Amino acid sequence: MKPASKVFTALIMIFLFAPIVILLVFSFNEAKSLSVFSGFSLYWYRELFRDSETLNAVKNTLLLAVCAAAISTVMGTAAAVGINKLRSRYLHAVMDTVTNIPMINPEIITGISLMLMFVFVGRLFGAATSLSFWTLLIAHVTFCLPYVILQVLPKLQQMDQSLPEAAMDLGCTPLRAFLKVEIPEILPGVITGMIMAFTLSLDDFVISYFTTGNGFQTLPIRIYNMTKKTVTPKMYALATIIFFVILALLLVSNLSDSDGSQTIKAAKQKRQKHSMKNHA
Amino acid sequence: MKKNAPGQRGLLQKLILAPYSVWAALFIVVPLGFVAYYAFTDSAFHFTFDNITRFFTATSTVTEGEISREVHTYLLIFARSLKLAVISTFICLLMGYPMAYIMARASDRTQKILVTLIMIPMWMNFLIRTYAWMTILQDTGIFNGILGLVGLGPVHIIGTEGAVVIGMVYDYFPYMILPIYSIMAKMDVKLLEAARDLGCNNLGVLRRVIWPLSLPGVISGIIMVLIPSISTFYISQKLGNGKFYLIGDAIEGQYVANNLHFAAAIAFILMVILLVCMALMQRYANKKAVAA
Repeated sequence: MKPASKVFTALIMIFLFAPIVILLVFSFNEAKSLSVFSGFSLYWYRELFRDSETLNAVKNTLLLAVCAAAISTVMGTAAAVGINKLRSRYLHAVMDTVTNIPMINPEIITGISLMLMFVFVGRLFGAATSLSFWTLLIAHVTFCLPYVILQVLPKLQQMDQSLPEAAMDLGCTPLRAFLKVEIPEILPGVITGMIMAFTLSLDDFVISYFTTGNGFQTLPIRIYNMTKKTVTPKMYALATIIFFVILALLLVSNLSDSDGSQTIKAAKQKRQKHSMKNHA
Repeated sequence: MKKNAPGQRGLLQKLILAPYSVWAALFIVVPLGFVAYYAFTDSAFHFTFDNITRFFTATSTVTEGEISREVHTYLLIFARSLKLAVISTFICLLMGYPMAYIMARASDRTQKILVTLIMIPMWMNFLIRTYAWMTILQDTGIFNGILGLVGLGPVHIIGTEGAVVIGMVYDYFPYMILPIYSIMAKMDVKLLEAARDLGCNNLGVLRRVIWPLSLPGVISGIIMVLIPSISTFYISQKLGNGKFYLIGDAIEGQYVANNLHFAAAIAFILMVILLVCMALMQRYANKKAVAA
């Protein structure tokens, strides 16, 4: 790499990591300050583990992400199979557009639109509160579905159509052919879709903010509430833990991916909101 | 199980798409209809244009020092959101394009490392990252501390539009690099070599070969930065010290104040504007695809 490139890359990396390094360092701060480091201490980590509201939020977030990922993976895979089999170009285009909407729409609009519908329907049925864990789950599944479909559909399209046909020639029913031949072929896409759905759900703030109720707090919402009051390094301790968990996951996935293709693929897919394939 | 006749395959086909079709109709399409419904009704759910006109005609007084003036509240907010989003997107492009280029030219191992490094901030919680910037840019924060060490005076950044731009660029930068990088990584090196053989210098290769080929990635990156930038509300609250009201803040503020109908109106107008822009970009992208 040319020296100018090295300098530029270094500057960009400093820009990207400066806030992260700062929050790493200050999570170990002795005092309450977030800008003056006075001494090394694990105090805030102990505070974090004593904070039941935050621990509860972590539990909620994981529960929600697992449910949302499971439901959206199953429904999304079925949807991809169905869309792939569509013969009408018109229906195909309609499905494509509808699937793209949650990806292209700003999160605030997706959140507001769902909230308005839930509130309206809730009032129609005379419910006291319209929003709850269930509305949150519905919202999460809704924004995860397109990403699952986006992962599974290409796999279906790339699959050799003669394989399930051969299976049926050999005596399988269409269902059995699907289970024994098609599913193993598309499994990588399904798994990637599931992982994407899981991580999107974990990290979502805006949509959760508008669609949760009954005091069900996810971690991003808990963090938002914490930042509305005076922030102590306790939040930085939380961020540091998250950082090391992510680092560990990324390192593990890198070690099992010797040529970098998975890393690069995952990076492209993490928020591929705009599939250029649809516009080619 | 008996073998299925060809006609029955059609039934299974329709059944398999049914759950998703129902779900999509109910939870993607219908809610958008609700936004329109709330936007065009008042609190008694009678049809009215009041919410929409309020967006365009509401005024408030802005005092700068000694001068007070009347401004159109929401038009000003929208113009400000657009301005900051465009600036942030432009800066992201300016920083991201060379970075993507450098990455695409690097060795495979370096590429892998760089991609992982860029992904790490993306996985950190958005709110915490933004909050960290807030502490850096405080008047008594770390940035001013470093400036103090070199003898430069403290700079008041927090609460200015600059701080919001920094926050936006920081939060959305990886989304600009990755699409551009993925297109560049797939670029056929032989095309570049051919251009050089035909006499182009480095600038010529960039202008005539690399830039046109990377355009889909650039457009992808622009969209992925512009749309969240226009509609964000947390960044402006924290880094703009609450003084900066962007469209996202306006919607959220109305929601918190339980003015759902006006919030819907603002959201509706934002939706329409974005839809128009997306359609225009589509047409531009299609024209380019046809010409290519």
